[in-house]
Amino acid sequence: MRRRDAEQTGLNRRPKPMSDTIPSAQSGGPEPLVVIRAVSKVYERGRQRIEVLHHVDLDIPEGDFLALMGPSGSGKSTLLNMIAGLDLPTEGSLSVAGHRIDRMSSTELARWRAANVGFVFQFYNLLPALSAQKNVELPLLLTRLSAARRRRNAAIALDLVGLADRASHKPNELSGGQQQRVAIARAIVSDPTLLVCDEPTGDLDRHSAEEVLTLLQRLNREYGKTMIMVTHDPKAAEFAQRVLHLDKGVLVEQAGTSV
Amino acid sequence: MKYLPLLFAALMRKKTRTLLTLLSVAAAFALFGMLDAVRVAFNAPQSVIGIDRLITSSRLSLIQPLPYADLARIQSTPGVKAVTYASWFGGIYQDPKNFFPNFPVEPESYLDMYPELVLPQAQRQAFLKTRTGAIVGQGLADLHGWKVGDKIPLRPTIYPHRDGGEVWTFDLVGIFKAAQPELRASEKQLLFHHTAFDEGREIGQGTVGWYIVRVEDASQADRIAQAIDRQFANSAFETRTQSEREFQLSFAKQIGDIGLIVTAIMAAVFFTLVLLTGNTMAQSIRERIPELAVLKTLGFTNRAVLLLVMAEALVLLLLGGLIGLMLATLALPIIGEASSGQLDVAMRPESWLLGLGLMLGIGILVGLPPALKAMRLGIVDALAGR
Ligand SMILES: Nc1ncnc2c1ncn2[C@@H]1O[C@H](COP(=O)(O)OP(=O)(O)O)[C@@H](O)[C@H]1O
Ligand SMILES: [Mg+2]
Repeated sequence: MRRRDAEQTGLNRRPKPMSDTIPSAQSGGPEPLVVIRAVSKVYERGRQRIEVLHHVDLDIPEGDFLALMGPSGSGKSTLLNMIAGLDLPTEGSLSVAGHRIDRMSSTELARWRAANVGFVFQFYNLLPALSAQKNVELPLLLTRLSAARRRRNAAIALDLVGLADRASHKPNELSGGQQQRVAIARAIVSDPTLLVCDEPTGDLDRHSAEEVLTLLQRLNREYGKTMIMVTHDPKAAEFAQRVLHLDKGVLVEQAGTSV
Repeated sequence: MKYLPLLFAALMRKKTRTLLTLLSVAAAFALFGMLDAVRVAFNAPQSVIGIDRLITSSRLSLIQPLPYADLARIQSTPGVKAVTYASWFGGIYQDPKNFFPNFPVEPESYLDMYPELVLPQAQRQAFLKTRTGAIVGQGLADLHGWKVGDKIPLRPTIYPHRDGGEVWTFDLVGIFKAAQPELRASEKQLLFHHTAFDEGREIGQGTVGWYIVRVEDASQADRIAQAIDRQFANSAFETRTQSEREFQLSFAKQIGDIGLIVTAIMAAVFFTLVLLTGNTMAQSIRERIPELAVLKTLGFTNRAVLLLVMAEALVLLLLGGLIGLMLATLALPIIGEASSGQLDVAMRPESWLLGLGLMLGIGILVGLPPALKAMRLGIVDALAGR
């Protein structure tokens, strides 16, 4: 992944590479954005050993929109968290844009996440005391941007998710769908390449869910964001280019639902 | 500076709780400010006035009288410039709660000894001439509405009048003022003739309460004090000679060690404050675990989160503490008034510094445990609510 300097780029329209066929590492195309090899995750609880992920191999090319499905407890969040640099594998290697994130210290990971990953959670996770605008500005506090630039970039991101008129609202003054769109604005404001979404529509009604999914799809198509989305909902998965199933810690590829 | 909104968000999350915490911090520091001023007032170095004065009293007890005959021997001690004496009369005007010191003195030498008591020349002459005469300070006169010419009855507590009267009556012949505002406390006394006292009382004739000695060279005061006490060593009336300052302090110490009392109260107050704010901080962090996890997810480092929580505690303590000390600054003049100038209390730089140190110290003490907890927070578990 190119380390993007938000100072210069702001929010760039960057259409994804023109290829409907996904190059894999084996076919000799360009190196995929995310390369996961033999990743296992084991939790030891007392004498009990729980293997949540079992030798997972996965390539995610830049510009992909991948949906991760599977029953509850199958390890979807665990895998997503590892790709996003929130968690470390017990075994195996994990590289993103050539960086071995499984070897980074927690401080290095924090810096890496700030520069490269946007997060969308099921329960939005906005700071309740801050306005939408200030919530979106949060990730920019970690950049060297001036206050004016931070305000401007956050305003652009809010505009992009269609909430420019709600900038001064507190989270509890917004609907669930609106809060999730604020969270998406926060996820993209520092222009990361990778967007990870853990059940982004899990708490939304059908209509709001569709708005959010359309937005994510647009971010993928028009802005070239690589999307990895965990979802329960087959309808949500339809918005993705590719659907993978996790079952008891093992990846099962299904027919790609190319849109 | 750009993290201010985050700090603000943390504090504004529960406005009432933040306000109540600020109020308790402010209350504790207001109390600290006032008590520390009292402590400092008690321990403050004496003004230069009186630096060359010594008090000779009985070694046994402050209330034990000394023979009048000691006067000549003290006077002849090398280095002694002047001597006068006074006694504790303990008279009560109308009601015990009207307490003020009233001393029989030898008028001329006493007024010479205390030039800071300023009396108009005519009134001074009247005092010297009138055996039943008394003079009072302006502050005391104002308090009871006395004017020159009034008769002041004092009910004795130690010395009944030999005529069997219930009261000793004095003619007010003069009203003195303190030479400097900070000596206002000295305006709260009544002085009358020792000769009238000695003739009127039934017991203790030929004795005085204590001697006041002026030395020629203040730097020799310690040596002269020892020389005086040596003369009476092994006599029936051993003496203890102290600087005027020490003498006043030993009076105050009869009430108790003010410094110790103040320290004990403050320790209790700050102990409570630490428990209270510590608990508030712990609770606030517990509630904000998901938020802190989000900050970490976004790329805030463990150190940044630690500092953020520390800053929160320090802001609470510093803001509340400064408000408290300012309240103390406003309240102290009122307390000074209420003590009728007996206590010269005001916020001094030392109190501000000590207060600031306490704010920082308590801030770190209550901020560090939750800050460490926030720093060690595992993102994945916290996000999953584990
Ligand atoms: N810190 C942990 N300790 C023990 N078990 C865990 C821990 N984190 C996750 N697990 C277990 O790992 C499994 C997969 O969790 P998760 O990835 O959240 O599943 P999903 O997102 O697919 O529902 C679950 O059975 C969960 O209980
Ligand atoms: Mg999950």
